[in-house]
Amino acid sequence: MSTIKERSEFILRTPAIGPALALVVAVVVFSITTDTFLNVDNLSLVVQQSLVIGTLALGQTLVILTSGIDLANAAIAVFATLLMAKLTLESGMPGVVALLIGIVVAAAIGAVTGGIVTGFRLPPFIVTLGMLTIVTAVSRIYAAGQSFPVTDDTLGFLGQKQYLFGQVEVTYGMVLMLVMYIGLWYALTRTAWGKHVYAVGNDPEAARLSGIHVRRSLLGVYVVAGVIYGIAAWQALGRVPNADPNAFQLGNLDSITAVVIGGTSLFGGRGSVIGTLVGALIVAVLRSGLTQAGIDNLYQDVATGVLVIAAVAVDRFSRGRQR
Amino acid sequence: MTPVLAAKGLVKRYGRVTAMDGADFDLNAGEVLAVVGDNGAGKSTLIKTLSGAVIPDEGEIRVNGEQVHFHGPLDARKHGIETVYQDLALAQAQDIATNMFLGREKRRPGFLGAVFRLLDSGGMRAEARRVLDELGITIKSMTQPVETLSGGQRQAVAVARAAAFGTRVVIMDEPTAALGVAESAKVLDLIGRIRERGLPVVLISHNMPHVFEIADRVHVHRLGRRVAVVSPKTHSMNEVVGLLTGALRMADDGTIEEVGVTTGLNR
Ligand SMILES: Nc1ncnc2c1ncn2[C@@H]1O[C@H](COP(=O)(O)OP(=O)(O)OP(=O)(O)O)[C@@H](O)[C@H]1O
Ligand SMILES: [Mg+2]
Repeated sequence: MSTIKERSEFILRTPAIGPALALVVAVVVFSITTDTFLNVDNLSLVVQQSLVIGTLALGQTLVILTSGIDLANAAIAVFATLLMAKLTLESGMPGVVALLIGIVVAAAIGAVTGGIVTGFRLPPFIVTLGMLTIVTAVSRIYAAGQSFPVTDDTLGFLGQKQYLFGQVEVTYGMVLMLVMYIGLWYALTRTAWGKHVYAVGNDPEAARLSGIHVRRSLLGVYVVAGVIYGIAAWQALGRVPNADPNAFQLGNLDSITAVVIGGTSLFGGRGSVIGTLVGALIVAVLRSGLTQAGIDNLYQDVATGVLVIAAVAVDRFSRGRQR
Repeated sequence: MTPVLAAKGLVKRYGRVTAMDGADFDLNAGEVLAVVGDNGAGKSTLIKTLSGAVIPDEGEIRVNGEQVHFHGPLDARKHGIETVYQDLALAQAQDIATNMFLGREKRRPGFLGAVFRLLDSGGMRAEARRVLDELGITIKSMTQPVETLSGGQRQAVAVARAAAFGTRVVIMDEPTAALGVAESAKVLDLIGRIRERGLPVVLISHNMPHVFEIADRVHVHRLGRRVAVVSPKTHSMNEVVGLLTGALRMADDGTIEEVGVTTGLNR
């Protein structure tokens, strides 16, 4: 027999369980209180609306696991959308090449960020704040006040739909996000690379004394996160076939919200990408459900804000018990 | 006989603090060498230098007579030197098996391991269990996070890790500090067994009865350097305590003499 104390400790130690329960509760509540929430089309739309933030949050999870934070992720993705769109549009470059260039550039920006963080031992908050400002400015300069429609099939590929059982709308973007989450879950929990990421986030000195190359591990995290932001750009073009320098201005905070709601600790070393997936879905469900219930956008922001603070408080509380 | 591990004239400064001030060190094959000294004498700094965790400003280190340059803990590990650090160096949120194999994880054989980098988690858990059983440490599950263990169990995990992987030297910085009487006895027992395997052990301890029970030689550290090496067979605990506090001094001929109170007046 497990006692209530043991059970609550199990929940605290298995970070994805709380958020998963919250997701179920949210879905049930909106299904009962609104007529329009619970139907296949709407649920499919909710998932599609979570794709960009969900992908940004995947990279954000990696960085946060190392006890860092990435304020520049959405700005990097937006710059990548501009690159991809403008290169195909103005230089007539094939979509595949533009896509790869966008992803490589995003990875390179990640490498620069990681290099500064590890090389000068500066706090990631400050470094990514600087990168956010720089990349946003560069995007504006590059776009020169314009936005760029996407006509290329490769760049728009992730928005294409297939119908499962004749009625469930599934986009390639949904499949790709799922594959990416599974892939990163595997890398984090089943390979030495992932064990090292957690150890570095947990206690960098212990990791160093255990023979882990702490800097190499950190640098790898920022590069992989950069690649993921590049793919988030592709997801964004699949959702809305238009590269706009003013898009996703709160994407960084939204992705942090998804990570934190998903139970990953801002103090590093604890959490899971599965939690983040659930967190991203919770945010999307909340937005959709509140919209169906006729509640104004601004009140939705209030609700999300409350959720973030509650999630951080739970994190703090569980750490207080463990330390 | 060449010492297995030796150091000469090690110096390490942290700003204005000199943690090591020309420290010498010798460890012979097959012996248990105790390192004793007051708090802040520089014992941990000395053994961190020997384990690659601290890079000395001056001085040289030799393994089996050959000079080495450790750039990090991994270099010392590659020479078969394993260390239990004073603050244990465990990743608190990760489980026992993961900590045991941190930095040297085992992959699955064949395709899964080579291409998909899949770890042999089951194998590592079984191995961790075997090592801890051998030590006589009872821990329910190898998938328990280290932070859920008692202080003594954590220390046991760190000791077991070093004992399992050491192939040339095992260094332990106060391995019994958090342990009760029974657990301390187990660790001393383990040190004896490591010696029987032919591996020399460096044991830092403040516990004189432990030191006198297990050590073949005692290295006395004071103010950042070695001031004496004595044998527990020929010297008493009181003499060792006198040496490490500075009340006694070892003369060049090996005899121990009192240090008179010298002031400017009666010089
Ligand atoms: N990383 C560091 N930065 C600054 N000073 C340090 C550092 N490490 C050690 N010191 C200083 O060096 C001196 C020796 O410390 P060390 O930890 O080696 O002593 P110790 O003999 O192991 O003491 P204890 O018995 O308390 O463990 C102390 O004065 C300590 O404050
Ligand atoms: Mg010490």
